[in-house]
Amino acid sequence: MTAAFVTGDGPPEVPLRRRLKRAERARQFKALALILPLLLFLLLTFLGPIAGMLWRAVDDREVRQVLPQTVAALADWDGRDLPDEKTYAALAADILAARTAGTVAIASKRLNYVQNGFRTLLAGTARNLKTAPEPGTANAALEKINPAWGERATWTAIRSASGPITSFYLLAALDLTRNADGAIVAAPADQAIYRDVFARTFMISFGVTALCLILGFPVAYLLATLPAGRSNLLMVFVLLPFWTSLLVRTCAWIVLLQSEGVVNDGLRWLGLIDAPLRLIYNRFGVVVAMTHVLLPFMILPLYSSMRAISPAYMRAAASLGASPATAFLRIYLPQTLPGIGAGSLLVFILALGYYITPALVGGAADQMISYFIAFYTTETVNWGLASALGAVLLLATLLLAGVYGKLVHGAPVTGGMKN
Amino acid sequence: MSGPSSLRTAGQRIAWTTTLIVSSLVFIFLMAPILAIMPLSFSSGSYLTYPLPGLSLRWYQDFLTSARWMTSLKNSMIIGVASTILSMVLGTSAALGLSQWKSRIKPLVLAVVLSPAVVPGVITAVGLYFFFAPIGLTGSYLGLILAHTALATPFVVITVSATLQSFDTNLARAAASLGASPLDAFRRVTLPLILPGLAAGALFAFATSFDEVVIVLFMAGPEQRTLPREMFSGIRENISPTITAAAVILTTVSVILLTTMEGLRRRNERLKGNDA
Repeated sequence: MTAAFVTGDGPPEVPLRRRLKRAERARQFKALALILPLLLFLLLTFLGPIAGMLWRAVDDREVRQVLPQTVAALADWDGRDLPDEKTYAALAADILAARTAGTVAIASKRLNYVQNGFRTLLAGTARNLKTAPEPGTANAALEKINPAWGERATWTAIRSASGPITSFYLLAALDLTRNADGAIVAAPADQAIYRDVFARTFMISFGVTALCLILGFPVAYLLATLPAGRSNLLMVFVLLPFWTSLLVRTCAWIVLLQSEGVVNDGLRWLGLIDAPLRLIYNRFGVVVAMTHVLLPFMILPLYSSMRAISPAYMRAAASLGASPATAFLRIYLPQTLPGIGAGSLLVFILALGYYITPALVGGAADQMISYFIAFYTTETVNWGLASALGAVLLLATLLLAGVYGKLVHGAPVTGGMKN
Repeated sequence: MSGPSSLRTAGQRIAWTTTLIVSSLVFIFLMAPILAIMPLSFSSGSYLTYPLPGLSLRWYQDFLTSARWMTSLKNSMIIGVASTILSMVLGTSAALGLSQWKSRIKPLVLAVVLSPAVVPGVITAVGLYFFFAPIGLTGSYLGLILAHTALATPFVVITVSATLQSFDTNLARAAASLGASPLDAFRRVTLPLILPGLAAGALFAFATSFDEVVIVLFMAGPEQRTLPREMFSGIRENISPTITAAAVILTTVSVILLTTMEGLRRRNERLKGNDA
């Protein structure tokens, strides 16, 4: 009420423009105050946790905390010969302290990632080192317990894990590692599995996206072409699965595809097969179930882009002499490209992060990257590697989501075709 | 264009017939799993195969009398309702703010607000697991409610923002000029008009929480297992017909949500039609 009346006959010393500006500023302030609670909430329940995960991918403080004197002594080591007696004495002191504190396992777990067998080495040394060695005999005492302490590689392993930050996990996520001299080299073949996993994740996502496009295009076209009444009715067939629980659909596919399942029984009854086909717990099952879950995400954007195409364009093309095929390929199809792009990217992005469906209907060779992230988090508790794999997946997702954002944002501008 | 009325050439007729056939097959593909699982839940036998040996409601009885399933249903409802309320408050407020806020960093803020819907579930789950474990929020209802709220809020923001875009702000101004306080104007003019949008947002939020399983897998203790979590274990171990009964009950919930949503959409279109 005030705003409407005061503007006309306000006191002359405050110019109207400034007061409008002030009112606008108050409005902006109020708008921001409405957004802030959500931003703060997301900071604590989403952004913070994800930043924490990214930090864990480079965080490397375990060895530093358990063997502080050794890490400090190794800072001066040139890395060429064995470290000096001072470093051996520091390690002996650290191990004795860690044994009392019960923290040996923390360091040995981390060091075991660098060099297999380190867990045994450190645990055995902690067990056999009765008291602090006499000054000047630490080297001899440790090498007596385990000759591995006389090898340069043992010490480079400790130095490489002495933190406070490391590229170890991120490199491992890309099948890379550092050799004893610190150069980046390919990881040994038995540990180099993640490039394959990423390639598999991309291949499955790509295949599912392609299938969704092939199956979704005719359906979207039909729905966009039919009169509204019938199209709304058929839309139920798309929306009902869309709203059905993922677990229900996955469960249903197992019932359909398992060896005693509906499909195999049906095929046997028809006499097409004698022995049941293996349709699930393999790649086929994963692709079928994922395509089923993601198909609505393709159909819906395609449908809305096709609905926006005016039939007048096709009539114009026909009246100018274009054959129906030419009109479709040169007039209709180009206008659906934003919808195709949006739908494909959406399906691809969602597919990249799939975990539940492959875990339930896939075999060991069909698990995607999310499975390994979950595995290293809960099973082997290698949180650094889980976080590094997560960081790579997150990067891929965000890049594609950025492209998607641009595409959807620019969707109304369909190459100047639309008015 | 190539609708049934204007099929002039043989080529067009073939193309249209192909579209019809392929679409029908896709519709069958989309519906088959849901349709196949329904009759099995009424089977009197314990094998998931056709033909059914007989009809019975024993698996529903099993579901309704099993403490495990009923606890999980209760948990799903508690977590779903609580995170719906929380995400509605946060999301509606943010959508109202975003509709008025002008800033160069608005696209960035929008991207942040919507990001929980895009980031893979496992990443959110792992991050939350690391973050919540030291402060005792894993294995608690509160932790799950907070996590599901974060996941559901983007859908509330999207739905409510879309409604606000079609809302004529002059109506609120008119109310103000007629002497309504901002709160009165919101309560008596804005709110009734954006109510369908809010309801749709709430449905989306509830469906998101009700269907979520990855975060529950990481964070729920045995006390907080939800319906999808119980189904996950059930599918892992061996699929008993009780799961099919649970699936049919869940699907019924989906149908109710979908019907409500469709009703809201129709109502909204009717209102818009009256405006024009």
